[in-house]
Amino acid sequence: MPAFITPTVIAHLVLIFAVMNMLVLSSAFMVWMERKVCAYIQDRLGPNRVGFEGLLQPFADVFKLLLKEELVPKAADKLLFLLAPIISVAAALTAFSVVPFGTQITLFGLLDPPLRLEVTDVNVGILVVFAITSMGVYGIVLAGWSSNSKYSLLGGLRSSAQMISYEISYGLALAAVVMLAGSLSLREVVMNQSGYWWHLIPRWYLFLQPLGFLIFFTAGVAETNRAPFDFPEAEQELVAGYHTEYSSMSFGLFFLAEYVNMVTVSAVATSLYLGGWLGPFLPDWLGWIWFLIKTLALLFFYVWMRWTLPRYRYDQLMEFGWKYLLPVAIVNLIVTAALVIWLG
Amino acid sequence: MSLFDTDELVINMGPQHPSTHGVLRVVLRLDGERVVGADVVIGYLHRGIEKLSEHRDWQQIVMLTDRMDYVSAATSNLGYCETVEKLMQIEVPRRARYIRTILSELQRIASHNLWLGTHAMDIGAMTVFLYNFRERELILDLFEEFCGARLTYSSMRIGGLPLDIPSGWARKVSAFCDLFETKIPEYEDLLTHNRIWKERTRNIGVISGADAIAIGLTGPPLRGSGVPRDVRKDEPYAAYDEFDFDVPIGSAGDIYDRYLVRLEEFRQSLRIIRQAIAGLPEGPVVGKVPRLIKPPAGETYHAIESPKGELGFFIVSDGRSNVPYRFRVRPPSFCNLQALPRLIKGHLVADVVAMIGSIDIVLGEVDR
Repeated sequence: MPAFITPTVIAHLVLIFAVMNMLVLSSAFMVWMERKVCAYIQDRLGPNRVGFEGLLQPFADVFKLLLKEELVPKAADKLLFLLAPIISVAAALTAFSVVPFGTQITLFGLLDPPLRLEVTDVNVGILVVFAITSMGVYGIVLAGWSSNSKYSLLGGLRSSAQMISYEISYGLALAAVVMLAGSLSLREVVMNQSGYWWHLIPRWYLFLQPLGFLIFFTAGVAETNRAPFDFPEAEQELVAGYHTEYSSMSFGLFFLAEYVNMVTVSAVATSLYLGGWLGPFLPDWLGWIWFLIKTLALLFFYVWMRWTLPRYRYDQLMEFGWKYLLPVAIVNLIVTAALVIWLG
Repeated sequence: MSLFDTDELVINMGPQHPSTHGVLRVVLRLDGERVVGADVVIGYLHRGIEKLSEHRDWQQIVMLTDRMDYVSAATSNLGYCETVEKLMQIEVPRRARYIRTILSELQRIASHNLWLGTHAMDIGAMTVFLYNFRERELILDLFEEFCGARLTYSSMRIGGLPLDIPSGWARKVSAFCDLFETKIPEYEDLLTHNRIWKERTRNIGVISGADAIAIGLTGPPLRGSGVPRDVRKDEPYAAYDEFDFDVPIGSAGDIYDRYLVRLEEFRQSLRIIRQAIAGLPEGPVVGKVPRLIKPPAGETYHAIESPKGELGFFIVSDGRSNVPYRFRVRPPSFCNLQALPRLIKGHLVADVVAMIGSIDIVLGEVDR
C-alpha cells in the first residue's frame, strides 16, 4: 500500500463521500417531510404507501423520473440547457463543504490526528458559502434563458431581479456575525458561541443578533426560492417558471438543488446563530445530533412557512429588500460595530 | 436590428394554464412583466347550450342548465325553472320555495368555497384551498343525499322540486351550518389580516362603482365596488322576501374588497339557511303543473342572484311547439369577464391571475 494512504486520508475520503450522500439523502428526506408536514397542516395524511409512512416515496419518485424521457426543446440552446441543472446542483452540494457539523472524532483512538467533522475548514468559510450559494442563481438564469420559452425566460428574469434585492442585506447580516466572532471560519464562529450566560442561556449569536438572524433567514428563503419568495417557479403565474421545459432527471436535479440549498442555508444559520453542534447533555463527539436537531427545526420552519403564507409579488420583494431589509441590516451592522468597539 | 430589442413580449396565457380557471385564453402583451395590453379569447368550451335548448323539451333543459355554471348547478336550475314558471304563471308551493332557497344558499357557499380556494391558491396560499374543499365536500354530500348527484344536480323541476327532502336532512343542514361557522375564522386567520395577502390584493384591480355599472358587472365584483345591488333583495325570488339578511358591500373596489364581500356572504348565507330551516313549512313540493309543458306564446326575462352575479334567462315561447322558440342566457361570468382587460392593464403578470380569480368566472358559463 502506498505510503500516502494513511487512515487519516481514508477517513477524509470516506467523510467526503458520506457528506455528499448525506446531503442527497437529506433532500430525499426533506421531500418526504415537506409532503408529510404539509399534509398534516392541510388535514390530510400525505404519502403513506411506499415504505414505512411513505418514507420511500421520494425514491419511488426518483425512479419514476429516471424512467422518463429526457426532452430538449428544438429551439433550446442545448449545451446550456443541459448544463444549467448541473450548475445548480454542483453549487448546492459544494456550499456545504465548509459547514462543520461536529467537533472531532478519533474513531476510538484509530485516527491520529483526530478527524474534524467537516469536509474542509477554510479560514474564509463564510465567504465561500456566500460565494457558492450565489452561483446557484446562474443555474436558474441560464435554465430560463436557454429553454427559449417565454415563461422560462420570465422565471429566469425574476430570479436575477430577486438576487440583487436580497444579497446585500444577506451579506451585511453575515458581516455583523463576523465582527462578533472576529473570524471568517465557520468552525471558529461556532466555537465562539460555547458557554452560557448565567449558566442558563447559551451564548448563541441568536441572542446577540436577533435582527441579524431574521434578516439572514429571510434572505435565505429568498435565496433558495422558497415560498413566499418562490417567484422564479411560481406555478400559478409562470406555469413552472425556469423549469417549465425540463423533464426527467434534469428537472429532478433542480428539485434536488432546491432542497440541498435549503439544508445548506439552515445548516449555515445553525452554525452562525444557533451554536452549531454545541449543546448540553450529549458528549462532545455526539454533538452532530444537536446540529441535526437545530437544522431540522429550521427546515421545519421553512416548510411551515411555505404552506401557510401566500406568495409575494416579485416587485414587492425588491421593495421589501431595498426599503426594509437593507436599512435594518445597515443599522444592525453599525450598532454591532459600535458595541464591539465599546465593549471590546 | 438594434442592440436592445424593445419589442413587446406577447405571451399566451392559456387555454392550458394552471390559473385561468378553465380554458380561458388571455393574450398578454408585456413590457418586462408589466401588462401593456390584454385580449381575452373565449369559446373553447362552447357547446351551444342555448341553441341546443331550442331543440329540447322544456323539462330536459334543466339538465342542460346544470352544465353552464357547473360549480353552481342548483342556481342555474332555479333560474331556468323560475323563468318558465313566470312564463306559465305557475304557483310554486311555499315548501318548495323554501327548499329551493336552502339549496341555492348551500350552493352559494359551495361555489364561494371553490372560488376562495382557487383564488388563494393563485396567490400562493395553498392550504386555504384544501380547507375550502374540505367544507365543500360536506355540501356535496348534502346535495348527494338530496338528489343523488354531486355536481350536475338537476335538482329542480318546473313547478317545484323533483322530490321532497329526505328525513333528517334538515337537521344535517343545520349541523353543517354550525360547523361551517367555526371554519370561516380559519380562512380569515390565514388571509384577512395577512400582510402578504393584503399587499397582493389591496389597491389591485380597482374598479369604481360607476365603471362597474357601465361594464355590466354584477354580483360580488359589483358589490365590492360599493353598489348595493343584489337580486335577492331588489327583486326577490324563491322565498328570499321572507328572510332577513344583509347585502355586504365594499368601498375601494379592489381585490381585497371583493374577497371581504364574499366572505361576508358566507355568513349571510348561513343566516338565510338557518331561518329557512327553522321556518320550513309543510306541504307539497310540486305545484299544479300540466302534464305537457307548453307555455303560452310570449316572452319573459327573469334573473336570479347566482353566486357569480345576476343570472338571467330570456325565453320566448311560440305557444305551439313543445320547445322554446328562443332561449338566451345572461351569464354573470361572461359579463364580468368583460372587466378583465380593463382591470389588468398596467399591472404585473402576478396580478393577472389574482384578478382572474377575483372576478370568479366559470368557463362553462362564459361559453355555454
